[in-house]
Amino acid sequence: MKRAEQPFQFKTASYLTRIGKETATTLAQLKQGLETCSDTSIFNHTFQTLSHHHFLTQGFSNDFAQWVLAACNRPELAEQLASLDIRDYLSLAELRTDLKRLVSEYCEQNPQHAEQSAFEPFFFYEAIAVEVPLGIETWTLEEFRNSLERLSHASFHFHFIASRLRLQLRTNDFSYWLENSLDLGTLARRVNRIDIYTNTLEGALKRIVSLVEGEFNS
Amino acid sequence: MPIPRLIRLDDYTPALGEPEVAELRTLASRLQMRTVQMVNSTAVGGGVAEMLNRIIPILQELGLAIRWEVITGGNDFYEITKAFHNALHGGPYSMPTGSFDTFLAYNEQNLRRLQMEAEFVVIHDPQPVALIRGRQEHSGHWIWRCHIDLSQPNLTVWGFLEPWVDQYDGAIFSSPEFARHLPIPQYLFYPSIDPLSEKNRELEPGVVKDILEGFSIDPARPILTQISRFDRLKDPLGVVKAFQIVKRYFDCQLVLAGGGASDDPEGEAVLAEVREAVGNDPDVHILNLPPWSNTEINALQRGSTIVIQKSLREGFGLTVTEALWKSKPVVASAVGGIPLQVIHKHTGLLAHSVEGAAYQIRFLLSNPAIAAKLGQQGHSYVREHFLITSSAKRYLTLFLHLSGAS
Repeated sequence: MKRAEQPFQFKTASYLTRIGKETATTLAQLKQGLETCSDTSIFNHTFQTLSHHHFLTQGFSNDFAQWVLAACNRPELAEQLASLDIRDYLSLAELRTDLKRLVSEYCEQNPQHAEQSAFEPFFFYEAIAVEVPLGIETWTLEEFRNSLERLSHASFHFHFIASRLRLQLRTNDFSYWLENSLDLGTLARRVNRIDIYTNTLEGALKRIVSLVEGEFNS
Repeated sequence: MPIPRLIRLDDYTPALGEPEVAELRTLASRLQMRTVQMVNSTAVGGGVAEMLNRIIPILQELGLAIRWEVITGGNDFYEITKAFHNALHGGPYSMPTGSFDTFLAYNEQNLRRLQMEAEFVVIHDPQPVALIRGRQEHSGHWIWRCHIDLSQPNLTVWGFLEPWVDQYDGAIFSSPEFARHLPIPQYLFYPSIDPLSEKNRELEPGVVKDILEGFSIDPARPILTQISRFDRLKDPLGVVKAFQIVKRYFDCQLVLAGGGASDDPEGEAVLAEVREAVGNDPDVHILNLPPWSNTEINALQRGSTIVIQKSLREGFGLTVTEALWKSKPVVASAVGGIPLQVIHKHTGLLAHSVEGAAYQIRFLLSNPAIAAKLGQQGHSYVREHFLITSSAKRYLTLFLHLSGAS
């Protein structure tokens, strides 16, 4: 079994939630909040919320879409916001631009809804990350597989979902290491294709374990 | 199932899973023997003392050198702080002149008694807020943990307290709706429940059945339950009206269980109104329970088909958390901290009126598979965010952040 030149070093990230300055009670205010809120706020309501709500595999994509649906009762805009896939973004600035564009276009096309009061306000939060190494490093595919089963949700989310912002690549830490350190490009691509919106974090983790075990058998 | 005499971190593993418990240890590994002081105004009684009683042993076991300090004061101090509490919830304030000075004098007295020299100091609620005047320059990180709703405070009292709060390094609130605009960072820490407590631990089905039958509740027919004090803000009359609508379609029972009617004149009046609204319907069970009825409440929640929380105003709503933890489908009003827990159509159903609540209950009774899924997702949500271990994790993360690890 091939031994990697560089080990995979597992980490975890724990997040503090800081209450932001922006609040929205209408779609027009949401648009304004999207312009002025911090990047950590965009991260919190899109990337991080997938960790918060990972056990929901139907109809939950990000906090903005959920609020537009449940508090503003605007399903058409909610669907558009929900269809944004965070895997398509390598920076929070790009993601913010698309979020703003969708809300802005909707408000322009539906001015009668832009100022309607929501059932409940949307509070912008910021996610403050504290990263801590787990002290687990793996050099082979077998060690990697065994370590996966010891990962918390937060650690898995850190490596599989939040990682692309760090890597600035359309991949994740696991796939990057599998491809670049173990020359397992096909396995890396299969891992990267796992749908994070229709799987729970546990489900996605099990899927990776199964793909790695498939590699042993092939 | 007996409660363990001394609860250890490993006892949470069945509820959380091994990786999550291991993660707490990993986070704490960078805080070994770092000093923490938690300060509040009472060692027993009340939600804050209950929470500290649970969380401090966890943080100690994780290796933090944590101390719990309780401030002391005379009756005059507690009368003032009780008046503060009511005023901060929006009530009027009519204490004699000089009360603010008395408040500060007791804080000063406690400051001389307590040695506030920990690296992390967490002051709970307004009573000890002025202890910060004893902070040495650049010493430690001071955080104010506010457990109460400050959304509409009496401005006289808040105007007195705010300059003290502004001196802290940060403030923690239970909901963004309870927070104020402050010049310091504000963090969100949800309240939490202990899955191993008497009110939340697993119960054998036989125990649940016995307790239900003890109250003459039929375990074989659908049971709708609201656990709340008999208080108008919990809208028990609205619950009765919703039940009367539901009963046109389903053969079911309603349980209204709570306390507060024996020592509270308003509670007694509300209870009387509820009894009158119910009339002689044998399917409505009104249970005025004493404060030590944790096992009974646990069983009532576990035995329910649907749990209702139709409050008109609410704090965080820990009874909702308890029901979700027990995998119960919940129909609740979108007030206070409830929407933080009940994500509409994902972890429960929100309602905005009596008719809306009745409709959502009928929907769940007609669709038990959906009800079961909501309950299951509600349980997962509580496991990740609203357990005492999540609170411990938030404190560890805060301490790591304050000490520059983020």
